[in-house]
Amino acid sequence: MATTVLLVSTRKGAWIFSADTMRATWAVNGPHFLGHIINHLVLDPRDQITLLAAAKTGHLGPTIFRSTDFGATWQEAVQPPAFAKAAEGEAGRAVDHTFWLTPAHRDEPNVWYAGTSPQGLFRSADGGMSWAPFSSINDDPQYRQWMGSEKDGTPDGPKLHSIIVDPRDPEHLYFGMSGGGVHESVDGGKTWRVLISGMDVVDGFGFDAANPTFHDPHCLRLCPSNPDRVYQQNHCGIYRLDRPAESWVRIGRNMPEEVGDIGFPMTVHPRDDNMAWVFPMDGTQVWPRTSPEGRPAVYATHDGGETWQRQDAGMPKEQTWWTVKRQAMCCDSNDPLGLYFGTTSGELWASRNEGRNWECIARHLPEIYAVETAVL
Amino acid sequence: MNVLIPSALRSYTQSSQAKACGATLDDVLLDLDRQYPGIRFRVIDEQQRMRRHIRIFVNGVSADALSQTMQPCDELVIVQALSGG
Repeated sequence: MATTVLLVSTRKGAWIFSADTMRATWAVNGPHFLGHIINHLVLDPRDQITLLAAAKTGHLGPTIFRSTDFGATWQEAVQPPAFAKAAEGEAGRAVDHTFWLTPAHRDEPNVWYAGTSPQGLFRSADGGMSWAPFSSINDDPQYRQWMGSEKDGTPDGPKLHSIIVDPRDPEHLYFGMSGGGVHESVDGGKTWRVLISGMDVVDGFGFDAANPTFHDPHCLRLCPSNPDRVYQQNHCGIYRLDRPAESWVRIGRNMPEEVGDIGFPMTVHPRDDNMAWVFPMDGTQVWPRTSPEGRPAVYATHDGGETWQRQDAGMPKEQTWWTVKRQAMCCDSNDPLGLYFGTTSGELWASRNEGRNWECIARHLPEIYAVETAVL
Repeated sequence: MNVLIPSALRSYTQSSQAKACGATLDDVLLDLDRQYPGIRFRVIDEQQRMRRHIRIFVNGVSADALSQTMQPCDELVIVQALSGG
């Protein structure tokens, strides 16, 4: 019988939950790296046993840990992601933490990509043990301008995230930057182009929508069943892009007005490109980034964003001020599909029926940063 | 020289103390990294700056520059600043 696993990254360590196909009861394994800030724990789908963990320990510099036995033992990277040494007299940037890990194409075993804070793109060709800057963007003057500074990033720092590899073509890549927009390469990272047409910028300040600096994509997701379709949860709304079109369509305008279309995570159905889920958060006034009106819900679309359905059965109905980060919601590949999210208040929630019913499967965890899943 | 290792870095040394040598602070940290691969990057970033919450004391005096000259009888203490949550 297949096993469904959840890889939960938190501000104080990582945990691995596992269940059979019914997903009725979950066994917990952990903590791994207790006390370390784990931004992303990811399974290599090419061998289904190698794990990479992006770690930082309080005051120490960032590193990557690798396990080739599904977390039984860990080995630290020999060369973690690090920017090139700046020229004499220049300040130069230092990686504060690795934020995002993406395994490369299935035809490129042992190749991984990493996105960092501040924004940087890195590649490993040896399974995550040594990393080098990837492509030219880390030091490109134009990209540096678009990346901005600490002032332009999230409270945890500016980030490069959502590194996506087209399952049909290892040279077709996307990534997002908060801030700095969405970018695409069709030549394996040799060159990049901006992909922000149709995306709104914050109203009222005269920002130029053609300038990537003013764009903050929170989460990009490519549909496995239709790699020409990409969804995006953005600082300004929810979008869909159907290639070869170049312009994003704001499907979040179809969300209920009182809920809005602000949020951080988004996840897409592995077999149906019309199905996706978001976790709306309050983006009004001072941006509380909590469930609107204290009433949490997942919103689902079954028609590519034309309509949205509220899914909150099993969740608290009032006075619940959850925040779900951009990496902290995902879906498995079971049928019916399982949906999962983790809150910054340390609760892990699951639905075994595509969002119709929800149950809390763990609480009292540290602040949850990321939830990934796999069916083994 | 003797190097006192904070608890967060003992996963590298397996001990609260280590021996390292070098003519400068940078040399000593490089020697430490040769013995315990990876330890230096947790303390010194890729721009050769001491990380924000790390302090290094030489004979009880805070060291500011990696170029600081060292003597074989010096004692080096690596400390994590007492901050955070």
